[in-house]
Amino acid sequence: MKQYNIVIIGGGPAGLAAALSAKEHGIDDILILERDERLGGILNQCIHNGFGLHTFKEELTGPEYAERYIDKVLAAGIPYKLNATVADISPDKEVLYVTAEEGAVTVKADAVILAMGCRERPRGALGLPGFRQAGVYTAGTAQRLMNIEGYMVGKEAVILGSGDIGLIMARRMTLAGATVKAVAELMPYSGGLKRNIVQCLDDFGIPLLLSHTVTRIHGKERVTGVTLSQVGADRKPIPGTEEFYPCDTLLLSCGLLPENELSKTAGVKLDPVTGGAEVTDTLETSVPGIFSCGNVLHVHDLVDNVSKEAALAGQKAAEYVQNGCKAAEGAGIRLRGESGVRYTVPQSIVLAQADEKIVVRMRVGDVFRDKALVVYADGKELKRQKKRIMAPGEMEEVTLLRESLAPDTKEIVLRVEG
Amino acid sequence: MKHELTCIRCPIGCQLTVEVEGEAVTVTGNSCPRGAEYGKKEVTAPTRTVTGSVRVTGGELPLASVKTATDVPKEKVMDVMAEIRKCRVTAPVKIGDVVIADVAGTGADVVATRTIKAI
Repeated sequence: MKQYNIVIIGGGPAGLAAALSAKEHGIDDILILERDERLGGILNQCIHNGFGLHTFKEELTGPEYAERYIDKVLAAGIPYKLNATVADISPDKEVLYVTAEEGAVTVKADAVILAMGCRERPRGALGLPGFRQAGVYTAGTAQRLMNIEGYMVGKEAVILGSGDIGLIMARRMTLAGATVKAVAELMPYSGGLKRNIVQCLDDFGIPLLLSHTVTRIHGKERVTGVTLSQVGADRKPIPGTEEFYPCDTLLLSCGLLPENELSKTAGVKLDPVTGGAEVTDTLETSVPGIFSCGNVLHVHDLVDNVSKEAALAGQKAAEYVQNGCKAAEGAGIRLRGESGVRYTVPQSIVLAQADEKIVVRMRVGDVFRDKALVVYADGKELKRQKKRIMAPGEMEEVTLLRESLAPDTKEIVLRVEG
Repeated sequence: MKHELTCIRCPIGCQLTVEVEGEAVTVTGNSCPRGAEYGKKEVTAPTRTVTGSVRVTGGELPLASVKTATDVPKEKVMDVMAEIRKCRVTAPVKIGDVVIADVAGTGADVVATRTIKAI
């Protein structure tokens, strides 16, 4: 069985940044396994701009951002396999992948980095009524068809869900000559970035209907229209508010789900809120030597944050290998969110191994104005950050200093307070 | 003339009111100078980067993604797109290659944002 120091599952932005960082930290024996026919992941179809403001201090399109990392990976001579689908990861880090040339191959890794990204919530998970007619796509599928394959998905569209991909596709379809009738959002606020609402909807006069959902998809062979209804505080449709929108296409932008089927085969413990692995401050999962980063760990808004997080995973995986693959020692400090903070990543900190600065990322469950993000260590206030605004669509970040944490700390709690 | 818009310079998203009276432009509702600057520019001379894709013949992929190398006036966005939609290129395409010079008379070039190998 072939042996590697580090095997990275996924060649998107997380996998590429993790590979480069592991290499920079002294590990040469790396393998990236990518199931698509090219590296770069979802960035390849994100042809709009706005990527890399933090990483490169300029606004790049997705393919440009990807190409910069791919060029570095090629220049560093990091081995990778394309069209390679990983079918299984065992708890002792045997990775089974399949390619057309090699068939099914099992390799052994000292450390594994999970960088598989996320998937869109499909129609079947939304309970939308109607026939299985043509013309219903997830926004990301439509994006791939239009931007990579070169097909126009429709002429008149309604979009359900105001996630960023849905907003970006509203603009993309409009620029390609289609008409986008409306974007309907179940929640009373949008899950997308403000910039996207302004530049993708307001610029083209596309209405954003908050507290609305699709209550019927019309048409048998092809979509002929949708019925939108207003929803109440219980998010249930209000009878009598139905309105018919003729269209031939319905795009769904209703949330992203970390793709952790392989993590489960490896026995990695998942966080029910993020849908990703539970990790320590080194981004190590519950299985020693298996690390997780990027959208498979928790869904990010900005690729810059994915690259940063993945670089840490790469570094920590390298250190794990260099330190003789020893499991972390000492009990961890538990982290959790409450009163408005939905989750934290990491979910624990192991002080004995922690870096001087520990970045904790989180999402809030509602829109909060003029509140504070407060960190408590065993009930004692450790840090208070005033926030003009916090919203579910924008990830928050708090940096903790190792020296500020007492060695016997049991639990850190993050809260939104007035 | 009164304009209502959302500032996008940061996640706060202030609701701006921009009033234009002859030469004078006043912005209210902003909470920082960047907001005032944004409001003024959006109302007097808004610009956008336009991104899209062009057909490629003889390439590993049927499309090459493109963008305007510099921002173009907002009212020219649809004219720029019309030229991008008509454009055809032949592989190989290199990232940064100019595929349309001075698109729609804006002075901006449309450049490739990805590399497409010839096959």
